[in-house]
Amino acid sequence: MKPALLAFLRRPSGVIGLVILVFVVGAALFASAIYPGNPWDTVATPFTPPGTDGLLMGSDSLGRDVAAGVVHGARISLLIGVTSTFMALVVGVLVGAIAGYSGGRTSSLLMGVTELFQSIPAFILAILLVAILTPSVATITFAIAIVSWPQVARLTRGEFLSLKEREYVQAARCLGESPVSLMVRYILPNALSPVVVAGSLSIATAILIESALSFMGLGDPNMMSWGYMVGTARTMIRQAWWMSFFPGLAILLTVLAINLVGESLNDVLNPRISRQ
Amino acid sequence: MTNWSDKTLLSVAMLKPVLARVAKMVGVIIAVAIFNFFLVHAAPGDPALVIAGQAGATDEAYMARVRAAYGLDQPLTTQLTGYLRKVVTLDLGYSYRQQRPVAEVIAERLGPTILLTGTAFIISLVGGIVLGGLAGVRAGKFSDTVITVLSLVVYATPVFWLGIMLVLLFAVQLEWLPPFGYQTVGADLAGWALWLDRGRYLLLPAATLGLLYLAIYARLMRASIIEVSHQDFVKTARAKGAGRSRVLWRHMLRNALLPVVTMAGVQAGTLIGGSVVIETIFAWPGLGRLTYEAVLQRDYQLLLGIFLVMSIVVAIFNLVTDLLYRVVDPRIRSV
Amino acid sequence: MTTGAAPLLKVRNLRIALPAAGDRLFAVDGLSFDVHPNEIVCLVGESGSGKSMTAHAILGLLPPQVRIDAGSEIVCDGTDLLQLGEQGLQQWRGNRIGMVFQEPMSALNPLQRIGAQIAEALILHARTLGAEQVRQRVLASLAAVGLPEPERICRAYPFQLSGGQRQRVMIAMALINQPRVLLADEPTTALDVTTQKQILDLIRRLQRERHMGVLFITHDIGVVADIADRVIVMRQGCAVEAGTRDEVMLKPRAEYTRALIDALPGRRPATQDEAGGSREVLLQIRGLSKRFVTGGSLWSPAREVAAACDIDLDVREGETVAIVGESGSGKSTLGRMIMRLVEPDQGEILFAGRDILKLPRRDLANFRRDAQLIFQDPFSSLNPRQKVGEAIARGLIIHGEAPKAARNRARLLLDRVGLGAWAAERFPHEFSGGQRQRVSIARALALQPRLLIADEAVSALDVSIQAQILHLLGDLKREFNLTLLFITHDLRVAGEIADRVVVMSQGRIVETGTPAEVLGAPRHPYTRQLVSAVAGTDFLGQLAQDRAYIEALA
Repeated sequence: MKPALLAFLRRPSGVIGLVILVFVVGAALFASAIYPGNPWDTVATPFTPPGTDGLLMGSDSLGRDVAAGVVHGARISLLIGVTSTFMALVVGVLVGAIAGYSGGRTSSLLMGVTELFQSIPAFILAILLVAILTPSVATITFAIAIVSWPQVARLTRGEFLSLKEREYVQAARCLGESPVSLMVRYILPNALSPVVVAGSLSIATAILIESALSFMGLGDPNMMSWGYMVGTARTMIRQAWWMSFFPGLAILLTVLAINLVGESLNDVLNPRISRQ
Repeated sequence: MTNWSDKTLLSVAMLKPVLARVAKMVGVIIAVAIFNFFLVHAAPGDPALVIAGQAGATDEAYMARVRAAYGLDQPLTTQLTGYLRKVVTLDLGYSYRQQRPVAEVIAERLGPTILLTGTAFIISLVGGIVLGGLAGVRAGKFSDTVITVLSLVVYATPVFWLGIMLVLLFAVQLEWLPPFGYQTVGADLAGWALWLDRGRYLLLPAATLGLLYLAIYARLMRASIIEVSHQDFVKTARAKGAGRSRVLWRHMLRNALLPVVTMAGVQAGTLIGGSVVIETIFAWPGLGRLTYEAVLQRDYQLLLGIFLVMSIVVAIFNLVTDLLYRVVDPRIRSV
Repeated sequence: MTTGAAPLLKVRNLRIALPAAGDRLFAVDGLSFDVHPNEIVCLVGESGSGKSMTAHAILGLLPPQVRIDAGSEIVCDGTDLLQLGEQGLQQWRGNRIGMVFQEPMSALNPLQRIGAQIAEALILHARTLGAEQVRQRVLASLAAVGLPEPERICRAYPFQLSGGQRQRVMIAMALINQPRVLLADEPTTALDVTTQKQILDLIRRLQRERHMGVLFITHDIGVVADIADRVIVMRQGCAVEAGTRDEVMLKPRAEYTRALIDALPGRRPATQDEAGGSREVLLQIRGLSKRFVTGGSLWSPAREVAAACDIDLDVREGETVAIVGESGSGKSTLGRMIMRLVEPDQGEILFAGRDILKLPRRDLANFRRDAQLIFQDPFSSLNPRQKVGEAIARGLIIHGEAPKAARNRARLLLDRVGLGAWAAERFPHEFSGGQRQRVSIARALALQPRLLIADEAVSALDVSIQAQILHLLGDLKREFNLTLLFITHDLRVAGEIADRVVVMSQGRIVETGTPAEVLGAPRHPYTRQLVSAVAGTDFLGQLAQDRAYIEALA
């Protein structure tokens, strides 16, 4: 693992991503220390531009501190991004592994379901689910996981399909390994690195979906979120650009950072593809 | 042995995927319909509330009417078959908010959405292929770095925020383009003038939506070009005496396009999903804007209808990219 | 050694520098040679010798990170090709110098019709030709390389042709502008022996008809013996020996050349021992059949391939049986059916008297102790994320051995196959191809099987390594009292190690006999074709006589 870490650190884009990510995670962890109190509270005159009255990013139409909202908003983005991706990975890897290894009817059934989910407009399905199940952290996470797992399943299945034909897997079969052991000991470890990379990129996508949902007014009403801030500020863009600019920039940087880290991870974990 | 009579091959080959896709489309529609049905029943609370969109206070007499109209007092299976029968006849229910049938409301909004997403699709595909191809050919050079960094940033940008920022720049600051709308209200234009006017309104939302996917295709095209450039047949072409540009146009380009076309098919669904936020920002009178309105008004009956129709639109997009792929790759055509 | 005519191609002091990270500085280091009209010059060497780089350097087709040193010269028709830019070289490529590559499968554009691809080579250098003239020339070129129905080939896409047909197309393409020089970079390596023979004959014939100079790159001394007029032996970027074919092959001066020739399968003393025949039958196969169905859907008929067709085979305990066939003959499927990696459609496989196809799950596990398989590709036959020692110990652990004892045994076995116990803690990527194959052998032997199936176990290795692995297998066979089923495409290898040779074609056994019978006096027409196609046979016969003569004198 150590040379892999070194290889990662040698990539400037990965390091930049990592640094940004450390800031975002720090903001999420220490939000209450950096901006104590409720980010929903009115603390200043509405429409205060950034840099005045000690407000780094100005205030919004109700006099709330935009900077406090941005710092607190990191929490929900990361929370939902990570948990929904984790759920999608568990389901996707399981479905993909079984479909890839078993072949035959089980495989076509599982892949039929996966393909069905992929040919449905994902974002609209997420909107529908959250709207009908009423918005909360749990329903949003569930909805995002529902639309993200098929990709993981397809990827895992592809890896399993090609790996199970490899000669070392055949050799292990000859030694008398059981199917479960073949999957867990021989195939999964070799299939994992592309899945890990896809997972890290999927966190970024999940954050984008979460922000779009809360932009649409489908966020958890109890938690300050970046998408919600942009959504409420968009009609006031002529008067107060900063109200939508800063939260949007926060999303952009967070997603960019995760993508940069994910890609560097890809270069390190899948060297045959990137270094020809 | 293989028979290479091209004409019959082509017609059969083109028919087969169309039929397969149509069959699949029907499957998707049925699955979405069943899913919709169960979603209504799985939702917390009374399904009648969901269907009526919690309109007004819970007036018992009104609820009873809704229950009767949707047969909610009947067994689940009867309800399901009844619902499916309605879907087949394009009866998507009644929007109590809009006081009109759902199908009628959707039909009215479908055109603008197809115009918007279609334009964005073409912008993203053409732009992505051109820029990604350019970056791939000049891998490692300055222009490649610029394209790569830009696409990385755009790829990470939330599309609604990108829209707002473009409005801020092009409509508010520079005043080149109208900030929102479908056409100039009250201008009473016709023919070319009308379409030119609409084009000005279309440009900003289509570019915003297209830009995100442009970034995706550009990244893919770049990687694809680099990958293809290492393949043996490129060396063969050079060994024949073909120059760099000829090798690129005659040999690499088509091969490099294959993964991009595949991706374009996969992305069609998310492209249409993206129209929801874009139409919301730009007040574009399509299905996306309708979705937003339905969410605000808790008009679930309408929302379910939109979901069904959008799934069909995605299936059509998939069919188009599938056929496109078959045109590009002869191996698929005759297998 | 030069003839009177000026050389067509003159390479002087060629030095090709590798990128800094490599294990050596130069891929090619100070190489000089000539190619004259009317001759085939073979550059021969093992992988990494720089032979292919040399061919690519001539047409400026090296990858960009590789540089040619300033002092180098490649002169053709009085022009130093290294001084020409990319533009200038384009006038030479495919026009005055043609080139054919190793992989006919990937060397053609998969999305373009054959006709268009050949026509392109013509149009690029003869822009004034009309469409009909181009068509006629393309058809003529296809006919010249012996392709039937040129019209149909023209309209076909590469995936619709066989490997041999594609290589003919490549040759037609390379020669359509009547070049004086042809560069052939391992053009037959990816092909079956009979196809290889045809392509070699074709190149020979065209070379004579057109008085071309051919630079032929190969790793196979047998091919050299068949086709070369002159030979340059390369090792690590340098020429270790050069001369006419007979000089180099019959009286090699360099140690390395001698080693290469001696490593040639069929040249080494036979390892089979006489004990073979008398013992009991260990493996008895009766009426074994298997068909693979590929493709097939509503609109296209499924294609059926018979991988095994009513196969009967007896293998006696302690015997070495070689199963020989070309790709698609079903020889690998047979091995996999015995291991129950592939389920046959019909027939029975009796192992020590029990039908293994009817074994219950429990007994199948026990059978797996008794029979093991070694695979062809040393790079994919080991789990990249499993330590080598663990890979060997796993088999024992599965069958109930204590992990500690199993690991000790693994270290002993690694030592026995010549790697040393230190290897146990390493991962596969730290080993070379030959070393990995040793690990695979150790893994198979850990369970102390009675039957060992080696599926092309040496095909992916350089000849010198091949010889070592075959030697090791021979030793282990005696030591562990193994019965060996050796699956190979190489008749020479089969003849060297087998007590009995079984020839397969299209899923059927066409001939069985001792090596002397099958190789010396083949009865079946297919075997005869196969035997005569083996590269270097005539020459080896001559060589053997020569040696006997020399030894008799001494």
